[in-house]
Amino acid sequence: MSEQAKQPILSVRDVKVHFQVKGDGKWPWSAKRTLKAVDGVSFDLYAGETLGVVGESGCGKSTLSRAILNLIPATAGEIVWMGKDLTRGTDKDWHAVRKDIQMIFQDPLASLNPRMTVAHIIGEPLRVHKPELSEAEVMKRVRAMMARVGLREQMINRYPHEFSGGQCQRIGIARALILEPKLIICDEPVSALDVSIQAQIINLLKELQREMGLALIFIAHDLAVVKHISDRILVMYLGREMELAQKHALYDAPAHPYTRALLSAIPIPDPQLEKNKVIQILQGDLPSPINPPSGCVFRTRCPQAEARCGTEKIQLRQISEQSQSSCLLA
Amino acid sequence: MSLLKVSNLGVQFQTNDGVVSAVNGVSFELEKGQTLGIVGESGSGKSQTVLAMMGLLARNGKTSGEALYQGKNLLAMSPAELNRIRGDRLAMIFQDPMTSLNPYLTVERQMTEVLELHKGISRRDAKKRAIELLDAVRIPEAARRINMYPHEFSGGMRQRVMIAMALLCEPEVLIADEPTTALDVTVQAQILTLLKELQRDFGTSIVMITHDLGVVAGLCEKVMVMYGGRAMEYGSADNIFYQPSHPYTIGLLGALPRLDHDGSELVSIPGNPPNMARMPKGCPFSERCTHASSRCADELPALAASSVNPQVLRACHKPADELQQAAQEVAHV
Repeated sequence: MSEQAKQPILSVRDVKVHFQVKGDGKWPWSAKRTLKAVDGVSFDLYAGETLGVVGESGCGKSTLSRAILNLIPATAGEIVWMGKDLTRGTDKDWHAVRKDIQMIFQDPLASLNPRMTVAHIIGEPLRVHKPELSEAEVMKRVRAMMARVGLREQMINRYPHEFSGGQCQRIGIARALILEPKLIICDEPVSALDVSIQAQIINLLKELQREMGLALIFIAHDLAVVKHISDRILVMYLGREMELAQKHALYDAPAHPYTRALLSAIPIPDPQLEKNKVIQILQGDLPSPINPPSGCVFRTRCPQAEARCGTEKIQLRQISEQSQSSCLLA
Repeated sequence: MSLLKVSNLGVQFQTNDGVVSAVNGVSFELEKGQTLGIVGESGSGKSQTVLAMMGLLARNGKTSGEALYQGKNLLAMSPAELNRIRGDRLAMIFQDPMTSLNPYLTVERQMTEVLELHKGISRRDAKKRAIELLDAVRIPEAARRINMYPHEFSGGMRQRVMIAMALLCEPEVLIADEPTTALDVTVQAQILTLLKELQRDFGTSIVMITHDLGVVAGLCEKVMVMYGGRAMEYGSADNIFYQPSHPYTIGLLGALPRLDHDGSELVSIPGNPPNMARMPKGCPFSERCTHASSRCADELPALAASSVNPQVLRACHKPADELQQAAQEVAHV
């Protein structure tokens, strides 16, 4: 990654997002419990880079992405954008940042207002963040952006329900790109789409990234999709970081047992490979994030767990030039 | 005689926009112990095909053709006759385990009901059998858990309950409609391994409906690829994956991000899936097909044996040997 600037554009430092949930007791005044959705995640993101975030449902990957934008305020930790600590920022500071950080959501139809036309949906960020632009200028940029993401200009006055899932996702991408942001957070942008459409959207995102020098945080549960688009990959489990590594290091030599289990669980579309593959089946279910295991949170399902996994402090540490793992045994 | 023989199955829905043909002329056969995978994207008619066989179509749906189970046509049966077979000889697992279990009833009641109805055994014996099955699908503490309600189980556990329920009467055919789509990959791996073991132990035939080609590769011997309500290609898993001969199958394989090798760019299929109410006159895939000629838009290709490999049935005007180059690029052999 030589072309990257030394300075990360986004630094996430030990971010925690905790929720207060109903207590064990049956009374309204029973002590509340804490659900640790994200518990101490740190990473840096450089300009033009794609960071893939993977993990199963409930691992905190979506909560993390929302915490970066302060859509869900972080309980602790720092979020530093372009050298500026935003954690104690005011609403005005956040408003300014959202010009540079945009988001694409999982459900393409649900994330578009059904009562707005495409022109309004895509133009809204401009109207909010750049009120000085004339209406004619806004429409001009909307048209240009529609053409860029592969939507026909005749569609400009249609409503979201008139589009297919893939087209709706293109509208979502156009809306995110119209402010020319520096970072787009994609929260499972292709999981709701069919394979053939999924490939279209992934290719479009890669192309736009190359053209505009965007940084992407790409959240997904599908390691094959993430492999295709990312430079580096963060693997999460139960709100913690398991492994953070360069793409090739992660897929060629996964350093964490959870990463290995995830990789072996993905079905490969090749009958011979698939029939001879040894799948590392994880036993049991995900533990509750209200009462996570002590020490390494993965130890209850880990095939290699030892006694010290439950007692020692677990931290992401450098295990090779290209990868960091939180496993004590790595 | 095959266990299940579906020939020329069609499903039509009467809607406000006119008649919509969801499935057209689908045929397949299933032998004992075999696994058939039906692959396709949303709206390809794969679910409606099996729902029609099970008599579970929406009220505005009509069927044509026949689906013979041991020589008896399922499509012509009265609900009473069907009820004797459904859940007993033919069982089904649905995609969403939460909405297909009854939230008002304990797992015990839902499971014993099946046995009381089909086998006529007492509730106590039925419960014993139900616990055995829950054990078989590896639900820990089955004897205690059986008294719980569906919401007390996790997604993967609920899917196990569904599978256990489907296997109660040791059915001959298990129809699984996207059984792992709603689950995480590690849970999916657990469930697929479980299905393989159950098939080995009980000799059940499985019809597996999925959009995930990876799932098909691991589980199925025969594969049918559907698009726009029609079968595009039908053959053994090895043939479909290593020598795909239909442009749509080739497109699907090329569009798939893969773990086992690096591809720089995915080969996407241009365009959008067809609107079922306004299907093209010819091949349903013609509008998105890179190999299409004028003939494809006007004339429907019949499903016929491939000139390269007669074991494979394909519905395409373009001769199979002209597609071999494209097939090799995506098959990565």
